Amino acid sequence: MVSMGHEMAAGMAAPTGEAARPGFAVGAPGGSVREFPAVWAVLEQVADPEIPVLGIVDLGIVRHVRQGGDGVLHVGLTPTYSGCPATEAIRASVRSALDTAGFADAVIEEVLSPPWSSDWLSARGRQRLLQFGIAPPTHTVGSVRGLWRAAATVACPRCGSGNTERISEFGSTPCKAHHRCRACGEPFDAFKCI
Amino acid sequence: MKAALTAIAAAGASAGPQRQAHIECLLRLGDTSLVLGQRLGEWIGHAPALEEDLGLANLGLDLIGQARLLLSYAGELEGQGRDEDSLAFLRDAPQFRNLTLAEQPNGDFGHTIVRQWLIDGWQLQLYDALQGSSDARLGAIAAKALKETRYHYRFSRGWLVRLGDGTAESQRRMQAAIDGLWRFTAEFFTADESERLMAQAGVMPQLPPLANNWLAQAEADLEEATLGHPPAVPYPWQGKQGVHSEHLGHLLAHMQHLPRTYPGAKW
Repeated sequence: MVSMGHEMAAGMAAPTGEAARPGFAVGAPGGSVREFPAVWAVLEQVADPEIPVLGIVDLGIVRHVRQGGDGVLHVGLTPTYSGCPATEAIRASVRSALDTAGFADAVIEEVLSPPWSSDWLSARGRQRLLQFGIAPPTHTVGSVRGLWRAAATVACPRCGSGNTERISEFGSTPCKAHHRCRACGEPFDAFKCI
Repeated sequence: MKAALTAIAAAGASAGPQRQAHIECLLRLGDTSLVLGQRLGEWIGHAPALEEDLGLANLGLDLIGQARLLLSYAGELEGQGRDEDSLAFLRDAPQFRNLTLAEQPNGDFGHTIVRQWLIDGWQLQLYDALQGSSDARLGAIAAKALKETRYHYRFSRGWLVRLGDGTAESQRRMQAAIDGLWRFTAEFFTADESERLMAQAGVMPQLPPLANNWLAQAEADLEEATLGHPPAVPYPWQGKQGVHSEHLGHLLAHMQHLPRTYPGAKW
């Protein structure tokens, strides 16, 4: 089961003081209320093209929905990795979802700062990854130092054993690494902590 | 300063040499990522193991993503309607501003790893410092790229140590790669007029202090890998100014062939 320890909560709250961080509000009781719930509801339905069980809101890449001075709605998206080929597909999916739902005037903008972190995956997102057979991030990055930390034990998403090994730091998509379970013998993907 | 630079960029107002230097610095970063990314792509289907094939391809993908961000920005700043694609595909070798090291051929896996480890180390220093750039957009790109570069460095440094402190044969090959490539590092932190101008404006960091940090880290890595480096030599390569080794032209011929032969072609 995915547990949300103190460390994780602290790590998620850390990056810059932007209210209503999407990945944070989901499943966090008492989390700040979002503006434009109808737009968020539309965005909740947009799935990551490479990990279809995961919605883009749960992935933490929807940075804001807000009204500009001109009265136009702005939807801010951030890429997970600079070169992630899914970025453009996601943008197109968001565009079409917004158009269909009657928000054709909404503007989609790219947000680079602060850079995306696997810390922003929501609790629900982590759960879904696990159910899909992908080990969710094992630790928060939070601070810069976290990136240098030795890899924590990654539990096998199939049998739960901690007796696993990393085959490659890179996997089938930029956001995943490749592991193998010594207990059940199955290979599996693990979400990179970045 | 930040507001002033943004105003310059937005209005496209000519700040003469200042803006030219700004574009130069963006191209150096962007072209190095692009050319190295292209080199790594040559490994796809050829790496010694599937895992490393994936690893090198992933590194290349990140680098090309970084190049897109940097080249798009350079094109906007230039204000002549060139986008990332026209900069990548429609310039000739003398217009490229990448480090000469980035264009060096792949060689064997160890050679590729040494080249990667050297450039990862250079990028780590630059991107880390650039997070505090007076150019907020460049700072944001650097902060994003830094995270990816740390991951790359862990990979290249890991292989440097494993192969350096490995068998007699792997050590011999790693040492040969370092002996062959070390000379190109002289270009890393040698600042020219553009970089000095941009350092004064707070857009770029001062390069000499970064050189010391980089060298200290590189020597620590080499010691762990039971490898050494040759003495520094004066260098005739000035890729950052557009004076390249003969390898870049071949790389570009391959990379640019399709968009030049079929202008405007789409998938």
